[in-house]
Amino acid sequence: MNGSVARTVDLGDLGFDRGAHLLVDHALRAVPAGTLVAVVGRDPALGVHLAVWARRRGHRLEAPGVVVKGTVEADRWGDATRAGDPDAVTDDRAPARWGLAARGALVESGGPQPGFDLDTHDVVWADVAARLYAQALAGQWDPAVAIDWAAQSDLPVEVEDAVVQVMTYLIENEQAALTVPARFLGRIHPHFREIVQLLAVQVADEARHVEVFTRRARLHGRPFGVSGAGGRASLQSLLDEPDFTLALFLLSVLGEGSFLNLLSFLEQHAPDPVTRSIARLVLQDEARHVAYGLAHVELAVAADPAVRGRLRLAIERRHDALRDTTGLNEAVHDALVVLAAGAWNADAIATGVERVRALEADMDEGRRRRLTRIGFAPDDAAALSALHTRNFM
Amino acid sequence: MERDALLMGAVAYDPKVVTIWDGFRRWFAAQDFDFDYLLYSNYERQVEDLVEGRIDAAWNSPLAWVRSVRLARAAGIEAQALTMRNTDCDLTSVIVVAADSPITSVADLRNRTVAVGAVDSPQATLIPLLLATDAGLRPGADLTVRRFDVGVGLHGDHVGGERDAARALAAGEVDAACMIDANHLQFTDEGTLASGSTRILAQTGPYDHCNMTVTSAGPTERLTRFDALLRSMQYSDPVVRPLLDLEGLQQWVPGRTVGYGQLERAVDLGGFYDDAGRVTAAEYRP
Repeated sequence: MNGSVARTVDLGDLGFDRGAHLLVDHALRAVPAGTLVAVVGRDPALGVHLAVWARRRGHRLEAPGVVVKGTVEADRWGDATRAGDPDAVTDDRAPARWGLAARGALVESGGPQPGFDLDTHDVVWADVAARLYAQALAGQWDPAVAIDWAAQSDLPVEVEDAVVQVMTYLIENEQAALTVPARFLGRIHPHFREIVQLLAVQVADEARHVEVFTRRARLHGRPFGVSGAGGRASLQSLLDEPDFTLALFLLSVLGEGSFLNLLSFLEQHAPDPVTRSIARLVLQDEARHVAYGLAHVELAVAADPAVRGRLRLAIERRHDALRDTTGLNEAVHDALVVLAAGAWNADAIATGVERVRALEADMDEGRRRRLTRIGFAPDDAAALSALHTRNFM
Repeated sequence: MERDALLMGAVAYDPKVVTIWDGFRRWFAAQDFDFDYLLYSNYERQVEDLVEGRIDAAWNSPLAWVRSVRLARAAGIEAQALTMRNTDCDLTSVIVVAADSPITSVADLRNRTVAVGAVDSPQATLIPLLLATDAGLRPGADLTVRRFDVGVGLHGDHVGGERDAARALAAGEVDAACMIDANHLQFTDEGTLASGSTRILAQTGPYDHCNMTVTSAGPTERLTRFDALLRSMQYSDPVVRPLLDLEGLQQWVPGRTVGYGQLERAVDLGGFYDDAGRVTAAEYRP
């Protein structure tokens, strides 16, 4: 026998058909290639199985029961690198070769290089993501439990129909708000897992919103309202935006930002307790979506002030694209008035109109505030807010 | 016929064969070596084509090597083992019985039933039955052979026959089953044989498995480069490593021909091929 045995592994009764390789492997890992390790044990098939296992793993048998460590493990892992720091994201681009590996995992060279094109810190990141994700998980609510669907309601049919029309409008808006992050999810490099997680929950939030708005619409058996071509064209322009930062800006900062006002309006003025509950719960979720969108856009602008110019162009481009459409469907506008009126009489309708005008002013004011936060001058912010889609989202 | 590419034959015993040789073909191309491969449905046609010069190299089973040697000799040329996998050397087969079987020696298999793999499997039929022959038992006369003919023509590359033999043992339908050493471990791992339910009755001496067979009539220069390139493949190279893993090796090593003695003897005893390499096994229809 060449050389001497550096260590001996006693397997006892354990055979290779019941995990003996773990003990042998462990012993071999601790010694350099070329080292002799003796393996002893009482399993009757040990001699046969040890030889099979050693051959398969690139080791050699010096003599029965004596393994010479090979170089296969070193060859496989010699040039492996860690997929970044588990506790911090890269401030640059996440390499494609990290692929789906956990952040911080030791990544074998070779293998697929998935095309996650949203792979750069400044393109996807927001420091607030991890905190928002934790809040989102803690804030998940079950529509079956959180809402008293049996709460008393005896609305006049005209008012009920207005509520149903508003729900019809909200559903298609939530579908858009679900589709936009879902489309980007598969393009974000998994290294930025907090962003992936947050957007995944956001998609789940929107799915729940679609559910509760649908359920409210169907609650008293009235038919769904109308879906105008102009409104859907406005939403389509969100789906068509290929740039992640611009899409988040249009959807979350401006669109969902405006929806915060709309949901507050519904929470305050909806004529029935079910709709008010729904609005309150959905508002909590949407506030998180706006917070992430705003934080992301702020970071993108801080990293590259030229982004602000692109944001302006995105608003103008969308405005131009929608110039020939009607924007908010008249039926939706009227439904908001009747909903806020809460009753079918002249005085109530006059009150409803006042409330919707106040809502539109609130939305404009909110958009201007957020645009100012991103760094637009107040005049600019006012002008750009005025160009925002009349469809609100 | 003059060819630009080195043309190698391989038997398509599994879809992964395409992945492996396509991958190697790309790798050879990157080394500026013109290589192509031809897939065969069975080894017999592959070795006939090798000896007749229709291909330059054959990725051969051990039984195909034995036939290549005979066919080449009959044609006045010489078969050579260019290279082989490091994992092709020193394999063994085992005859396995139930752990509680009264059988304690190969001689005890007299008048018993032994399950084997396909008729043309070196590891699960031909070589282990040689153990019985050497113990004075004539297969078919002194013991009953129950054959599991899965993938006939693939020379035992298809694991199905061996697994069926193991299943027959587990079901108590036979007294013993033959398999390559690695499959005894695999069948136990995967549960075909319950852990601890079997006992290794006998183990054959070590033998060698596949090799890259060429002939003395082949294109010497191209074959030399082919050999050098195969041997230069490094397991540390992430491009070839997945292919080496699929093909079950860590390194191509020089071909050796010292490990085929048992199989030669089994082929002669069982009359599988004659001296000139003609197929003479009665029940062999690849």
